[in-house]
Amino acid sequence: MLEDGTRFDGAGIGAEGRRVGEVVFTTGMVGYPESLTDPSYRGQILVFSYPLLGNYGIPDISARDEWGLPTYFEAPGAQVRGMVARGITRPNHWGSRQSLESWLAVETVPGVVGIDTRRLTQHLRSKGVLRGVICASPPGEEAPSTADLRRTLKRAPTYAKEKFLPEVAPKKATLYRAGRGPLVAVPDCGVKASILRALLSRGLSVLRLPPEAEIPERWEGRRVAGLLVGNGPGDPATLSGPIAALEQARNSSLPTLGICLGLQLLALSRGARTYKLKYGHRGQNKTVLFDDGRALIASENHGYAVDRRSLARTGLKPWATNPDDGTLEAAKDARGLVLAFQGHPEGHPGPQEAGFLFDRFAEKVRRRSP
Amino acid sequence: MTVEKFEKVLLLGSGALKIGEAGEFDYSGSQCLKALEEEGIYAIVVNPNIATLQTDPPRHGRVYFQPLTPDFVEPILEAERPEGVLLSFGGQTALNCGVQLADRGAFRRAKTRVLGTPLAGIRGTEDRAKFMELMRRAKVPVLPARAVYSLEEAREVAKEIGYPAMVRVAYTLGGKGGGVAWDPEHLEEVVGRGLRISPVGQVLLERYVGEFKQIEYEVVRDRLGTSITVCNMENLLGMRVHTGDNVVIAPSQTLSDAEYQLLRRAALRAADVCGIVGECNIQFALDPASEEYFAIEINARLSRSSALASKATGYPLAYVAAKLALGYTLSELKNRVTGVTSACFEPALDYVVVKLPRWDLQKFAHSDTALGPSMKSVGEVMGIGANFPEALSKAVRMSDPRSDLVPPPTPRPLEEVLPDLLPIRPEFLTTLLEALRAGADPADLARRTWIDRWFVDELAELERIHRAFGALEGGELPSTLLRKAKEFGLSDRAIGRAARVDEEEVRRRRLEAGIRPRMRMIDTLAGEWPARTNYLYVTYRADADDVTRVPAGSVLVLGAGPYRIGSSVEFDWSTMNLVDGLKAEGVPTVALLNSNPETVSTDYDRSDRLYFEEITLERVRDLVEFEHFRGVVTCVGSQLAQNLTPLLAACGIPVLGTAPASINTAEDRSQFGALLERLELPQPAWRAFTTPDAAESFASEVGYPVLVRPSYVLSGAAMRVIAGRQDLARFLSEAARLSPEYPVVISKFIEGADEVELDGVSDGKRVLVAGILEHVERAGIHSGDAIFCLPPRHTPAAVQADLRRAAERLARELQIRGPFNIQFLVKSGAFQIIELNLRASRSLPFLAKATGVPLLREAARAMLGRPLSREGIAPLPPHRWGVKVPQFSFLQVSGSDPLLGVEMQSTGEVACFGPTFADALVKALLATGVKLAEPGGTVLLSVGGLELKEALLPTARWLAELGFVLAGTEDTAAFLGARGVRGVQVLHKVSEPDRHPNVLEALDRGEVALILNVPSSLTQEKFERMLEDEYTIRRRAVELGLPLFTSLESFAAYVEGIAWLTNHPITVEPLYGTPEPGGKVRAAPRSVPLRGRRRR
Repeated sequence: MLEDGTRFDGAGIGAEGRRVGEVVFTTGMVGYPESLTDPSYRGQILVFSYPLLGNYGIPDISARDEWGLPTYFEAPGAQVRGMVARGITRPNHWGSRQSLESWLAVETVPGVVGIDTRRLTQHLRSKGVLRGVICASPPGEEAPSTADLRRTLKRAPTYAKEKFLPEVAPKKATLYRAGRGPLVAVPDCGVKASILRALLSRGLSVLRLPPEAEIPERWEGRRVAGLLVGNGPGDPATLSGPIAALEQARNSSLPTLGICLGLQLLALSRGARTYKLKYGHRGQNKTVLFDDGRALIASENHGYAVDRRSLARTGLKPWATNPDDGTLEAAKDARGLVLAFQGHPEGHPGPQEAGFLFDRFAEKVRRRSP
Repeated sequence: MTVEKFEKVLLLGSGALKIGEAGEFDYSGSQCLKALEEEGIYAIVVNPNIATLQTDPPRHGRVYFQPLTPDFVEPILEAERPEGVLLSFGGQTALNCGVQLADRGAFRRAKTRVLGTPLAGIRGTEDRAKFMELMRRAKVPVLPARAVYSLEEAREVAKEIGYPAMVRVAYTLGGKGGGVAWDPEHLEEVVGRGLRISPVGQVLLERYVGEFKQIEYEVVRDRLGTSITVCNMENLLGMRVHTGDNVVIAPSQTLSDAEYQLLRRAALRAADVCGIVGECNIQFALDPASEEYFAIEINARLSRSSALASKATGYPLAYVAAKLALGYTLSELKNRVTGVTSACFEPALDYVVVKLPRWDLQKFAHSDTALGPSMKSVGEVMGIGANFPEALSKAVRMSDPRSDLVPPPTPRPLEEVLPDLLPIRPEFLTTLLEALRAGADPADLARRTWIDRWFVDELAELERIHRAFGALEGGELPSTLLRKAKEFGLSDRAIGRAARVDEEEVRRRRLEAGIRPRMRMIDTLAGEWPARTNYLYVTYRADADDVTRVPAGSVLVLGAGPYRIGSSVEFDWSTMNLVDGLKAEGVPTVALLNSNPETVSTDYDRSDRLYFEEITLERVRDLVEFEHFRGVVTCVGSQLAQNLTPLLAACGIPVLGTAPASINTAEDRSQFGALLERLELPQPAWRAFTTPDAAESFASEVGYPVLVRPSYVLSGAAMRVIAGRQDLARFLSEAARLSPEYPVVISKFIEGADEVELDGVSDGKRVLVAGILEHVERAGIHSGDAIFCLPPRHTPAAVQADLRRAAERLARELQIRGPFNIQFLVKSGAFQIIELNLRASRSLPFLAKATGVPLLREAARAMLGRPLSREGIAPLPPHRWGVKVPQFSFLQVSGSDPLLGVEMQSTGEVACFGPTFADALVKALLATGVKLAEPGGTVLLSVGGLELKEALLPTARWLAELGFVLAGTEDTAAFLGARGVRGVQVLHKVSEPDRHPNVLEALDRGEVALILNVPSSLTQEKFERMLEDEYTIRRRAVELGLPLFTSLESFAAYVEGIAWLTNHPITVEPLYGTPEPGGKVRAAPRSVPLRGRRRR
């Protein structure tokens, strides 16, 4: 049930229980394992507008790549508060180890299926993002009353008030080595595994840091040669700790790449403003139009955006725009040392055409590294 | 960005519809013209396909009905001097023609630029060696393949690759001639055939990956290199079956994000390296058990798949491709569905689309029905739903409204069903359901058929739901089960049959329970943005409608459904012309219902509201109940729509146009016969029968041959000329089984009569005769397969006046309000009426174009109860001859017999125009790929029966005079010799291979240039062996691409054309056009001295 009282009844799957969260929709047609484990969806109930889910099951949850990162997921476990789908199907895929249903149960995430997700999507599109409560009752039990659900909603904190950082950010630093590759510091506000892998597979070593920590000059004898600020959940303007850390790091003039929340934090640390979008950009078909007339398709998952007018005097310039609503899609500084992208160049799920940003960043880091 | 301004651009069409190249190119060409029109560009269209919308009188341009060969297009280039030419909207035909024109320097000479993907890129996708090199550069894996030019080479290469090996033929359509070589013996057959067919004498051998998934991507790329994939599609039957014959699902259902993106990235790299500007289609083979994949091929043009992708997503690929070819970039274009968002995006679907092919293999005698790498279907439909079974169930009913996606009523035991699974045949879905009903394990079915288990499981779920109805107590219909069944796409009829409840009762109970389908919009963005268009489907897995009811007074027009033998693009033409007519007459909203993704009518901005749905009674009632239409139009959507007329009337739904009772009179043989008797209009002796005995005594009484047919006829299905008593008995058992509700009608077949058709429009009082068409062949050849001409060549003026009077009497008597078509026999100055169709006919576009009269605008007036704005005969401009020639696709349907008869077999048609019959005929023949034999060549004559041999004499003498060498089978040669035709060479029978010279030898050595083969089916000379021999000759002629005629009259016309060529050039002139901007006068008429040029 949404906070405006609109109710959608379906069938519960996965874990039983009741959760409150911000209800958001994604229009992506594949990539549900990646989306459901993306830390940016913390605190949110994710609605899939594509009507069939679970077709290729859930891959091996214990698989790890050569750096110890989850091979098929963006974080070791499910991140969403709840999941809403039109229908789920019996899976068949060589990589599948279990069904979406059974995995959600293991992950204690309640899901509801059999809901007209197009109507729900249209509702969210016209009303804007709403809070909602998802409730998967045990079989035989009567569905809860609207009044009952309304009480649950009232008691729960709002999205903006919630603190996600403690849930998703590491408490201590971890070093991932890509041979003798130069070192990139990653203050982690909930960064996706694929972003780290995008660096590691390009021969960059990664120092994953608590997001409020100071960016060190050296680590275990290696010089930090680059800075990547990744994605994560929550209202960026409330993340004062990470913003302060970035403000400080600015002096070191490191080659910097910001992704999603990272773009917003970099902008905020230089004095720009962010605002909440009506219903966000979540999908794999978003247009990013660069100022030279070229465009690419990007995977996106963000509910906030940087006010492009506020970029003046930050040293960052708008570089790309979403032609549909004019939101800022990319920014860079005059020297090209700082690149920031609102979408997800690493894909997972979705297109990876913006992956060239990683290449450019890696090149700069290498040049910087002795 | 600056876009270069073009004033004049040439567009090459795709010619006649054929297997592998069908109506989708009318759609892509029409979208292209829309883009050109928006830019104010003067468009020159070259396309001999008379039935298309793209060749309608242009608003700003000119149309040439000419063959799409360099000989004919070059003079047009010279005359018109367009600044640019578009090659990628007319299928392989246009692409091949463009490559040849470039090779001979025609574009350079005319200072014309190829717009869109440059020629180098096109060549790179067409030539296998270049393709492999490009893919290597793009780091896209391809199957190890080798081009071979001889059988010996093929054997060597096959040894390396291993068996089974895949054989592909370069530069052909729809996998034509390709195949799987399972062993060395097979290799000989497939490679031999491939080498004969390939225009460059080249075939390719590669590893066979039939068990792999077949995944396709549609890529759009602009001149700056920005690219997107608009859709990906998964083929249910994987690599085993050609995509044209495959069940295609969009988006892919069994791919993970990793696989989806792996192939997507490869597709973008491949498009990039080919330098695509516009659109291309890329096919991949993906291992079902790993991430191994190969790029199979790239089509650097709009294709069947791109038309499907456009309809599946709402993204107008051809329109965007045309704009990109003109120099726009992707981000400069708007998404036409939302009107506000950018065209540079990838559509997000919140539904599933299933394309199902429509095969008509039963129409081809002797054809092999196994599906494989060579395409055999003649059309397709697209079902849209919220899950796979809903979409597939719809598609099954779209393909044939009488069928349902359910197991057969009495399933066989499993051990009898399993052997039928392979090879895959058109009825494989029913076989799978039958196996599931018989208790098959889905995993086992998936293993056997290589169909992904996911799809089998979905079918198994559908089967379980269907089975649940069978277990119910009589009359019980629980609403939860009913809802579930509707969500899985089961029709009320299927539910009723399973639950042993009347269909009407199912509907009543369902509506009582509040279960009705919801109207949903295809908006390209999964609901993320509001959409402006009204591109709709319905689904039961929804609880709200996206649209509100249309204004009062609105009309629903039923389209013609899938293209099939007997109903093709001409009915899409009629549908759209009527839609435009109704709009012009002020109907507030004209909604359209159609199910065929290849059509222009399903382009979402061509009607006010488009329902991409099944054309069934159930669905039409759903739509009428929701929209409260003023009326439904059933007379432009071929027999498919017409068949719904009585059913709609019975439900109290108003049918616009001629009253359903009149339609019934025309379609019911008894009523129609009685009407003609009452009006004293002559007709062949006929009677309807329900018992074979009565039928036989009638046939003996009127004398054989007789024509036998059921009452409701679709393109001659089950209709046949019967020569004798035994044949009648055999045929009656088949026909009776085919159609139990309707009696069998037998009429006297009049030999030697001319067949003439009259098309017209009436408002019940006034009649506008569109024209009188005369068949070249004598009666006995289906009008869809006949060559016909306008004006009539032989029908006397007095008879023509009689026909017109007869038409006027019928129109007034039946109060015809709309289009009609009458078929007559004419013999010795007298006529007989054989058929009246109260609907738009196949010949209507030909007449509308030849005369320039907007016939369906007049029909729209009549249907709305307004008087026609003109009457009499639509005038034909002086010195204009129009000739329509059918297009056959016998080569694609392996084994099929090219013998023509009362059953229609052609897949398309062309028409060309000229100052004489011969001039128009020669062009039309060339436009269907019929070669013109050169004097000096050998003509093989084989004619059965004395009467026919006698009739052949003048033509044979003429051929000899023209310098042809005559050859004949024994009897024919002996007859000609006896009648003084000298030097006729004898070729011995196929069944006597030891006697030389032998027919087959001569054919295979390329010693025969032209064949006349008229079997003696109407006489009593029925020796099985002889028929077999004749069939072998005809089939070989098809495989060798030789001109073959099976009727004396069409053969004589062909000879007349050849004779005309000896001292006349062929004219190349536009049929019509608008004045060119800048005060330029019309381009001067050109001509082609075909003789000289072809000797090059």
